[in-house]
Amino acid sequence: MTLLDVAGLSVRRADGRDLVRDLSFTLAPGERLGLIGESGSGKSLTALAVMGLLPAGMTAHGSVTLAGTQVVGARDKELDRVRGRRVGVVFQEPLTALDPLMRVGRQIAGPIRRRRGLRGAPLRAAVAAALGEVRLPESLARAYPHEISGGQRQRVAIAMALACEPEVLIADEPTTALDVTVQAEILTLLDRLVAGRDMALLFISHDLAVVADVADRVIVLKDGSGVESGRTRDIVREPRHPYTRALVDSARALEGALDRLAP
Amino acid sequence: MRGRTAFVIGCVLAGLILAMAALSLVWLPYDPSDTTGGRLAPPGDGHLLGTDKLGRDLLTQLMVGARIALTVGIGSVLLGALLGVAGGLLAGFASDWLDDALSAALDILIAFPTLLLAMLVVAAREASLGSAVLAIGLAMSAIVARLTRVLVMRVLAQDYVTAARTSGTSWPRVVIEHVLPNIWPTLLVNLSLQLGLAVLAEASLSYLGLGPPPPNASWGRLLQEAQATVLTAPLGAVAPGVLLVVLVVGVNLLADGFRDLADPTRRRSR
Repeated sequence: MTLLDVAGLSVRRADGRDLVRDLSFTLAPGERLGLIGESGSGKSLTALAVMGLLPAGMTAHGSVTLAGTQVVGARDKELDRVRGRRVGVVFQEPLTALDPLMRVGRQIAGPIRRRRGLRGAPLRAAVAAALGEVRLPESLARAYPHEISGGQRQRVAIAMALACEPEVLIADEPTTALDVTVQAEILTLLDRLVAGRDMALLFISHDLAVVADVADRVIVLKDGSGVESGRTRDIVREPRHPYTRALVDSARALEGALDRLAP
Repeated sequence: MRGRTAFVIGCVLAGLILAMAALSLVWLPYDPSDTTGGRLAPPGDGHLLGTDKLGRDLLTQLMVGARIALTVGIGSVLLGALLGVAGGLLAGFASDWLDDALSAALDILIAFPTLLLAMLVVAAREASLGSAVLAIGLAMSAIVARLTRVLVMRVLAQDYVTAARTSGTSWPRVVIEHVLPNIWPTLLVNLSLQLGLAVLAEASLSYLGLGPPPPNASWGRLLQEAQATVLTAPLGAVAPGVLLVVLVVGVNLLADGFRDLADPTRRRSR
């Protein structure tokens, strides 16, 4: 069974330029696909196109089937039923992804209330459970986003994305804005949550080391086109496209610097 | 700490006028049209602030004036906020051409002098409290709409709106849960400032004879009527002027305090 089927997806700007060109991939339950590329390569646009949430002036062409629903060209009302329930998103910058004027608990409660129709005490319990799942104390529900740390904020954002129990999770550079140590914690958490729910994961990053850690398969994006795709292991061992080779080499070089300093 | 002091002073000043207006609803020293006080009686002797040239008690007139000032101020702010926020939301969400059309209309409305607009409204209707509220509220709504439009666009570009949309939140819900709360602090400050401006605009209208007609003793009309006798009975002109300043300064001082109250990120940083 395929949860997400992207076939020949292009994202076109109003002036006719293609920012994503003829991209195809599929995602089945439990699968983890990495989307890697430099900034401006169209990674985030791909994620937004999958949700049907492209910025004004951009149009998607081709086909995106999300749990049986055609996203390209669909009306907003239909997509509101798919978003959240079928697919959740975690964004790069947790500070701006949370409403600064809303307490954390209420932000998590919103999607839960809408999807499961809970109110009052059961809703509070569900929020507490959602916080527990991302290893946050219940008391955090009363805090405003600016009162908690970056890592905590990203955990809250993950709790929000998972609140509707989506089948596909899109993580758009979820660790880029975080400290390295916090980054590892968040990756472990994501790994555990995705495995525990048998979700499909679309992991977007510019960092090959991070993608290699998380994803089974990987697509390399360059200037909006997928230049190489395959199993992560194969791509890291035998990169074919020059750009992929450059990515692997630079990641190795950084790692090598650490190894040289090792005792 | 300084912000807090300003807020307290604002509360006291605006509260003073509010108390005067509230008191005028239940008790007045004299009937507003009672002319038995004698022409231009000096302060004291049964008339705390003296009388005007028609023999009416000045304190009574000032209290009624406070009520009119606040009625027009609050009424036009409510009208301006309702129309302005609705129009601003529409423009903020609108497609390119509708946004352009609305923005052009707003620019024209803003460039239109408030007093001229007021005269047109008065000419079309009549000089009354309602006309003053309508004219000032309409002029204000253009300014509020333009501010709202910019604020809405800024909020819509935020990640948390996209995040809310990815979790299946419909646009109306996004407006209620995210857009309005996030533009509210800035809007509230602007609306408080607009209240002060509305009070001044009403005084100007009344000064020109375009405000609520006699016997409604608007401060602006008191100023105008006392003009001829300002050298012999200065209090008649000074008192309404001072009250006008007290109310406008009070409201302006409150404005900044409101922002701190409405915005938790500011509340914390103090």
